[in-house]
Amino acid sequence: MRQRVGITGIGAVSGLGIGGDALWDGLCAPRSAIGPITGFDASGLRSRLGSEVPGLSVRESVPKSYRKATKVMCRDTELAVVAARLAALDAGLRTRGSQDGDEGFEIAGERLGCHIGAGLIAAETGELGRAQATAVDEQGAFSIRAWGSMGDEARGGMENLTPLWMLKYLPNMPACHVTIVHGCEGPSNTITCFEASSLLCLGESARVIERGGADVCFSGGTESKLNPVGMLRLEYAGRLAEVGEDAEGAGVVRPYDPGSAGGVAGEGAGILALESIDHARARGARVYAQVAGFGAAQSPGAVDAIYGRGSGLDEGLSDAIVSALRDAGIGAEQIDAIVPGAQGAAALDRAEGDALARVFGDRLREIPLVTISPNIGSCVAGHGALQASVGAMCLQRQMLPGRIHAGTPADGLQAGACDPRDAKLTHVLVCASALGGQNAAIVLRKSD
Amino acid sequence: MSERRVVLTGMGLVTPLGEDVEGVWSRLIAGTSAIGPVTRYDASTFATNFAAEVRGFDLERAIGEEAGRHQGAGQSTHFALAAAARAWAQAGLGPGAGAGPEGVDPRRIGIYLGAGEGPPDFENFSAANIAGWDAERREVDGHAWARVAYERLSKVRELEQEPNMTVGRLAKAFGCRGPAFNCMTACAASTQAVGEASEQIRRGDADVMLAGGAHSMIHPLGMTGFIRLTAMSTRRDDPATASRPFDATRDGFVMGEGAGIVVIEELGHALARGATPLAEIAGYGASADAFRITDIQPEGRGAASAMRQACAQAGIDPTRPDSAGRAPVQYVNAHGTGTQENDKIETAAVRAAFGEMADKLLFGSVKSMLGHLIQAAGAVELITCVKAIQTGIVPPTLNLKNPDPRCDLDHVAGVARDLNASGGVDVCLSNSFGFGGQNNTVCVRRYEG
Repeated sequence: MRQRVGITGIGAVSGLGIGGDALWDGLCAPRSAIGPITGFDASGLRSRLGSEVPGLSVRESVPKSYRKATKVMCRDTELAVVAARLAALDAGLRTRGSQDGDEGFEIAGERLGCHIGAGLIAAETGELGRAQATAVDEQGAFSIRAWGSMGDEARGGMENLTPLWMLKYLPNMPACHVTIVHGCEGPSNTITCFEASSLLCLGESARVIERGGADVCFSGGTESKLNPVGMLRLEYAGRLAEVGEDAEGAGVVRPYDPGSAGGVAGEGAGILALESIDHARARGARVYAQVAGFGAAQSPGAVDAIYGRGSGLDEGLSDAIVSALRDAGIGAEQIDAIVPGAQGAAALDRAEGDALARVFGDRLREIPLVTISPNIGSCVAGHGALQASVGAMCLQRQMLPGRIHAGTPADGLQAGACDPRDAKLTHVLVCASALGGQNAAIVLRKSD
Repeated sequence: MSERRVVLTGMGLVTPLGEDVEGVWSRLIAGTSAIGPVTRYDASTFATNFAAEVRGFDLERAIGEEAGRHQGAGQSTHFALAAAARAWAQAGLGPGAGAGPEGVDPRRIGIYLGAGEGPPDFENFSAANIAGWDAERREVDGHAWARVAYERLSKVRELEQEPNMTVGRLAKAFGCRGPAFNCMTACAASTQAVGEASEQIRRGDADVMLAGGAHSMIHPLGMTGFIRLTAMSTRRDDPATASRPFDATRDGFVMGEGAGIVVIEELGHALARGATPLAEIAGYGASADAFRITDIQPEGRGAASAMRQACAQAGIDPTRPDSAGRAPVQYVNAHGTGTQENDKIETAAVRAAFGEMADKLLFGSVKSMLGHLIQAAGAVELITCVKAIQTGIVPPTLNLKNPDPRCDLDHVAGVARDLNASGGVDVCLSNSFGFGGQNNTVCVRRYEG
């Protein structure tokens, strides 16, 4: 028999702060974390705003014995490690990484899985540049022979990189560090599908629990694009607004507004504790929401769209949504709110709006859309799990947060500026589409 | 509801030993090494200046006119397109790349790859990094970096490095619209991809999946990373014998590159459309070591768990002989990288999972010949398991001349083993373990109706 799956812990780290409450309160204010980038010198980039996570301290999120290992964590890994600890504490789980004398349910390692979506993590240009600058020829150009360490022409340039240099940037490191900190010995994966990574991980964790492969999974995604290479690629991918550091942060990202200048790069991680509902009940855990349905589908035309040919999404996103609805055993008319990608890049938002309209028809204009990118930018591989965190909190609190919007959404979509409000919610849809054409959708259901 | 069984109906390869499955197989059986000097770039001063490269690759020969639509894609994506076209053709899904599937709803065909990132634009990236490094202030001058980056880093080359672009391009070439994923669990990725793809089919989320992986890290940054980790062999004086899994003198792995893609399918679906099941994907196991990012759990707990899970799903008790009195799994295709640590611990893990049966099975590593195809390794090795089942022959572990007392199983040293006299090969495991501790095993079984 298939196990039912619920969300029992939320670990959200975003520009709005550390923890699910910080995210929720920021969305309700509503407040935007978008502002000038302070973490690196972005002065040469065309998009110079970002949503940075304030006050991140990974050393406090790991046991003392693991603090040394934080030196080989890139920002994406730090975000995930902090978020995973929050998820464990929120779920009342006692793992070897969360204990510190905490009370809680002690879970066996082999019943604990870990699926964390990630992006292609760029090597720090300073770390690499410093080493590469030691291996240049007379003209100042990089010399591959000087980079090596064997023979007359070698100058050992690569030896200026720490031995563990590459391990810092492997996309599976967020999941690997989290498995080590918390002792997750069950199934573990790292899905790398750009903006769809988080939701695909949540779906995979749900399937693993459903078939009995684990009782609990840390699941979600993490990413920081707030580095030179990350922002350059996001800009090349048509995701970013060209805005200087003086622009008003809260006014930039305008979901579904044809006049939106684009999105803004963010950083963040959402790690949820997904758990078998029977298991959660047996230990008396709170269930934020049930993961009632999951669907995934591919848009074959997406690759062409990156290069300006075609609209990209085809029917991929609507296929994924339909499949998630079918998996949940409900019809489109039963969805009470949607937490979409809504990055603020006009072409992407239009394609997303079209996909939603295909599924929901005229009723789409009546469905509240919960947008978070005007507040926290785009956290790419981490974004979907932050969307899902918000969706789960909406269901648990029976509330919708506020929205920021400095323009006018097209087609009467309910994405304009508003205040938080009470709402009767039974089903919330969360969806995402990726550069590269992967689409994922999750239906969350109010916990019974 | 009866259990949905998963069978393999198509296989495609791009490897350092060739690109047609039969040819690669014959070279493996003959004990051929694919390892030689690095020719992709000037590696003359690198501590490891050799690798197993794919030679003479021609995308157009593999996928015809469709190649024109994928010129900008990265090398590993090209490998994946070629391997997928071969698997697609063998499975009889349609005329080939550039045309959709015939007689199958494209929404029921998914993709699950463990494709690696595309090769970086090293020359131009380096130029930006050097221009951006302000040696006096000891920090990056963002303006200087960006000026060179905008000038020299192209949109196409940057975006095609994204690891999910390979999935996107396969979907475009073959018209697949079902569930699509890409995972990057380092050296375990394509075994994980095949395993998770089989779960998609078992649950009914798809009827057909293109699954496998593609990767090339034979570029300056990839080689640098592993040299700094001291994970690769530095036997510069004798590359052909540098990959020595299970040998006492092994000093690290040898980098390879390529792609392995399979078509897997729900059994009834395959039979209904007249496809031939080549083997059954009978089980899958996944675990994490949860130990250290640089070291494997010393007892091989995670590896043993992955093998046990794969056997359990296949309905096999690994500690008991099969009905013919043989080991319940006749061939375990080892992760077998040729590092001191992996081979020792993987051997211990096989002992832990199989008990006394460990001494009756064959446990060899084709990485001794092909090198380590990193994210593509698992799927390529899975295909060698299918060939072992089809032929009854187990490929050798080359360069194993000085047995390591801690690697004390039957590693098929030097010469291929013909098991036909003892009933052939019916069940194999294919192991893949990733840096950082993610472990995967797939169980492949002879298809019987």
